[in-house]
Amino acid sequence: MSGGPGAIESNAAVRAAVMARVRSALGVSDDRAAAQSAAASRLAARPFGPRPLPAGDPIERFAARALELSSTVERLARVEQVPSAVARYLESLDLAPALAAQRTRRGVCWPELGTLDWTGAGLEIEPRPARGDDRLGVTGAFCAIAETGTLVLVTGAATPSSTMILPDTHIAVLRADRIVEGMEEAYALLRDERATMPRGIHFVSGPSRTGDIEQTIVLGAHGPFRVHVVVVD
Amino acid sequence: MRVASIEFKARAGEKLADATLQRNLVRVKGKFAAKRAAAMAGFHDFEGLREAGREIRQRTLDDLDVWLGIFERSATAGGATVLWARTPDDINRLVLEIAFRHGVRKIVKSKSMVSEESSLDRAIEAAGLEVIETDLGEYILQINGYEPPSHLVGPALHKSKEEVADLFHRRHKTARKEGIEDLCLEARAVLREHYLTADMGISGGNFFVAETGSVVLVTNEGNATLATGLPRVHVAISGIEKIVPTLEDAATLLRLLPRSATGQPISNYVDVLTGVRGEGEGGVEHMYYILVDAGRTDVLASEVREALRCIRCGACMNHCPVYQSIGGHPYGWVYPGPIGSILTPMYAGLENAHPLPAASTLCNQCGVVCPVKIPLPDLQRKLRERTFERRLAPWSERAALRLWSWVAARPALYGASMRVVARLLRIWGGRERRIRRLPPGGGWTAGRDLPAPDGRTFREQYAARRRAGGKPR
Ligand code: SF4
Repeated sequence: MSGGPGAIESNAAVRAAVMARVRSALGVSDDRAAAQSAAASRLAARPFGPRPLPAGDPIERFAARALELSSTVERLARVEQVPSAVARYLESLDLAPALAAQRTRRGVCWPELGTLDWTGAGLEIEPRPARGDDRLGVTGAFCAIAETGTLVLVTGAATPSSTMILPDTHIAVLRADRIVEGMEEAYALLRDERATMPRGIHFVSGPSRTGDIEQTIVLGAHGPFRVHVVVVD
Repeated sequence: MRVASIEFKARAGEKLADATLQRNLVRVKGKFAAKRAAAMAGFHDFEGLREAGREIRQRTLDDLDVWLGIFERSATAGGATVLWARTPDDINRLVLEIAFRHGVRKIVKSKSMVSEESSLDRAIEAAGLEVIETDLGEYILQINGYEPPSHLVGPALHKSKEEVADLFHRRHKTARKEGIEDLCLEARAVLREHYLTADMGISGGNFFVAETGSVVLVTNEGNATLATGLPRVHVAISGIEKIVPTLEDAATLLRLLPRSATGQPISNYVDVLTGVRGEGEGGVEHMYYILVDAGRTDVLASEVREALRCIRCGACMNHCPVYQSIGGHPYGWVYPGPIGSILTPMYAGLENAHPLPAASTLCNQCGVVCPVKIPLPDLQRKLRERTFERRLAPWSERAALRLWSWVAARPALYGASMRVVARLLRIWGGRERRIRRLPPGGGWTAGRDLPAPDGRTFREQYAARRRAGGKPR
């Protein structure tokens, strides 16, 4: 194998060859006006497929599903209560001896949460993106999905994904009125509120897990060992 | 990857006799199937969902050139560079050139089956760069000298925890761990370091969304999120068939994929990635797509086009009695099980893999569970026909088949010869009415007896019943 130069520059020829092969495989000519307009109407219509039948309060369903996925959920009346709730949560963690080092009072948060009174709750929380050795990351959420108990995080300058994926413990602050039914509604919100696609839309459903050794589920494969969702009214 | 599928029979025999593997297979057996069944029962209209999945995938395939064009425009507008690979070698050339262009030294990789078709990791290493697989299963295989994967979803499930413990002890030069949790913690620490120091992340692509020019990545470990979120460069590699029209279509397929794979209603991490980082954001500065042909257009042109609907859930192998008995390795290439028995001959050459479509009882367990309704046994039958037409099977097998078809095409002769055979077998079966050894099927009767027919053929019994005035049942 030679890493000869020019593979990128000469790629237009490869593209043309692949496209020609696709067209010949389909038995179509270069004039694809009909197929183009069929595709355009599919893009305009964006039909939904079959979906589960929702029953009951979306917030309760979100909480129930999230618990099934090994997240934990608590509800608070006001966002000012978050720091003391986080402190209580960290206090309550029952850690196996191998994970004892994960007990912490220090961490990082998204800038939007930086003005909360963390010190008052006895915590040291810096409003910056997480690094590899941060043990606690507190984020907000773009919205959440009742169908599957899923958090939706959208990346941006003030909403770095590293804060949810690198630390041992991920705590997400979610506004109750941002719980929507399914992925489709999350995309609808995104289309309403954003002009362009963000670099990352992350659908997070519980802690990082693996079943790659003997199909035995182990939490904390690469990312968080635990995800705690604080729903604020 | 080297194609070893032609040795299927010999390797299957070895695997059947391999006590450790058989123990590991028994342990895994049925777990996936039971979980899928529960997930399916929990969805009110799973059949409707399968039909919707089939429709989305088939629609894009039937106008694939148009959808590829739309994807390319959206992805480019989103800030990514779209590149094309005609052959597996093209993939490796492009990846290395991207790496050199951006001064990359270390690459972290989340799972990409397509890159195994081109043995990308070894090409990267041969060029003097470092590459680390981050999916735990793939990592285990990589540090075991690039052992081939045995399953689409759990590539290292053929290994026991003891085997993994020995491997880690040997390769990490650490104290030997006993428990699965400790093994996972050790891998986490090793891989964490690599994520933080890598210059480039390579991912596959579960779906490419035409509408937005995005790649959708699905993992439980979160390794794709890390591998594509931290390094400066992201390269997403997948087949041209992975295009879906809209985000909503991807949402529908995401209700099918994890349910069919592991019985989960959703995978822990679903990442929808588009272009490069925004203003003031950390992470990816350069994003590339590599859209791979490498045999896809041949499948598109063939009578097995439907195989391109595959979303790589692994359900067909989880339900396959042949796969369950021998594991994934005898299939001899990247994709094992029923879907592998179609894709391997098509991508790597029928002459190199014709035993695979033959290694099936056509029981259709796979076809029934496939979330996008690929009629896998029908496709296997079509490839068997090709094998016969191209004279790839041994002459004795072809002669026997030719004789059979000659007789079967002559109903009177067929009826007469079946009457003779049925009576002969009856006599052979003796009082016990069991045949302990049948020379042409010696392998078959080595493990079980053939029950002898009771002397009359089906057609005779049918005619007799009609004569007696009974309804044919
Ligand atoms: S062929 Fe169907 S069942 Fe098999 S992996 Fe592909 S999508 Fe899943």
